[in-house]
Amino acid sequence: MGAQLRVYKRRIRSVTATKKITKAMEMIAASRVVKAQRKVAASTPYAQELTRAVTAVGTGSNTKHPLTTETENPTRAAVLLLTSDRGLAGAFNSNAIKAAEQLTERLEREGKQVDAYIVGRRGVAHYNFRERKIAESWTGFTDEPTYADAKKVAAPLIEAIERETADGGVDELHIVYTEFVSMMTQTAVDSRLLPLRLEEVAEQTQKKDEILPLYDFEPSAEDVLDALLPRYVESRIYNALLQSAASKHAATRRAMKSATDNAGELINTLSRLANAARQAEITQEISEIVGGASALADATAGSDR
Amino acid sequence: MAAELHVELVAADRQVWSGEATLVVARTTSGDIGVMPGHQPLLGVLESGPVTIRTSEGGTVVAAVHGGFISFADNKLSLLAEIAELAEEIDVQRTEQELERAKADEDEVAQRRADVRLRAAAAAR
Repeated sequence: MGAQLRVYKRRIRSVTATKKITKAMEMIAASRVVKAQRKVAASTPYAQELTRAVTAVGTGSNTKHPLTTETENPTRAAVLLLTSDRGLAGAFNSNAIKAAEQLTERLEREGKQVDAYIVGRRGVAHYNFRERKIAESWTGFTDEPTYADAKKVAAPLIEAIERETADGGVDELHIVYTEFVSMMTQTAVDSRLLPLRLEEVAEQTQKKDEILPLYDFEPSAEDVLDALLPRYVESRIYNALLQSAASKHAATRRAMKSATDNAGELINTLSRLANAARQAEITQEISEIVGGASALADATAGSDR
Repeated sequence: MAAELHVELVAADRQVWSGEATLVVARTTSGDIGVMPGHQPLLGVLESGPVTIRTSEGGTVVAAVHGGFISFADNKLSLLAEIAELAEEIDVQRTEQELERAKADEDEVAQRRADVRLRAAAAAR
């Protein structure tokens, strides 16, 4: 076998092995997307009821709460960025990071100091590499987040927003995550969690003509709001974590699918080249034999004379 | 037929129980509260403890609820809890072990959680 042909054969073998791996990863990601989506769906009733309750207290009473009132001159803001622990997901992480950077820039233009809170090893690595300050970070659960994880993330954020700004607290809380629109579309979005815009929340949950009843609060509207808002933040963060996980798996699936397709194409091209090399080798051998035979024939014809 | 109210018992990550009921008893921070059909709109903070739901078929559903809220309006009652489990889902033996362990570690939160579970399981029997 010729040297060139051997090189082609070897490359085909290695690309085939790679293709098998990416195909397996694609299939794993596909099954995880479905699982993650199911979790998003399972968490929806709680989030919905909670949002309804928050709207009810917020609009049904005149209570003022630090988590719903806007400060006149916000000077510090916290940005929570959700990325994944592992890569191989196309532009998933860079999109989320880019969205966070844009938001940070915008907030800084408005004269606010920004604290970065990061979930996921990828985001942490990005910030560490640029030697930027991270207020707090969490890693290790981005593939399958649980409610306990969401609580863990929410606790310092709620604490920071409840603290006075002068003592290192923050006035605003923003979250950047990747919204799962469909299997094919995931978009990095940023939204302000706190202070709560009640009108906005109300618009999202209410049907047009629904009038919220006048609730009787037990023990009191303030206490209910006090207990309700942290849970609301937790549930929003939980939802964002789940959506982010689903998006990550969808992005991985897509990235691995194109890797598999590419490998297939490469195998095709390589086997064509290998065939051509083999054919060229055969042609050369034939022409060598023919050439040798005719030279021999010429020589014997000469000696006959 | 007695009047009914629709109950949704939801935990943070799943829907635990939903159905029609005639009476729901839960413990709020200011004491036990019983909700029957036609109650006035209510929104309260729940204590950790067992919640009893008397279903319209005459049965009783008991659930252990750890923190959360009760909200009632338009004959629809929602019980929201971070963690909620039905009494029949509770493994009494394991919970007892957990209680022992929590006592040994002096972990008050875990002790309380195990205690609520046991009470719910006992109430269902």
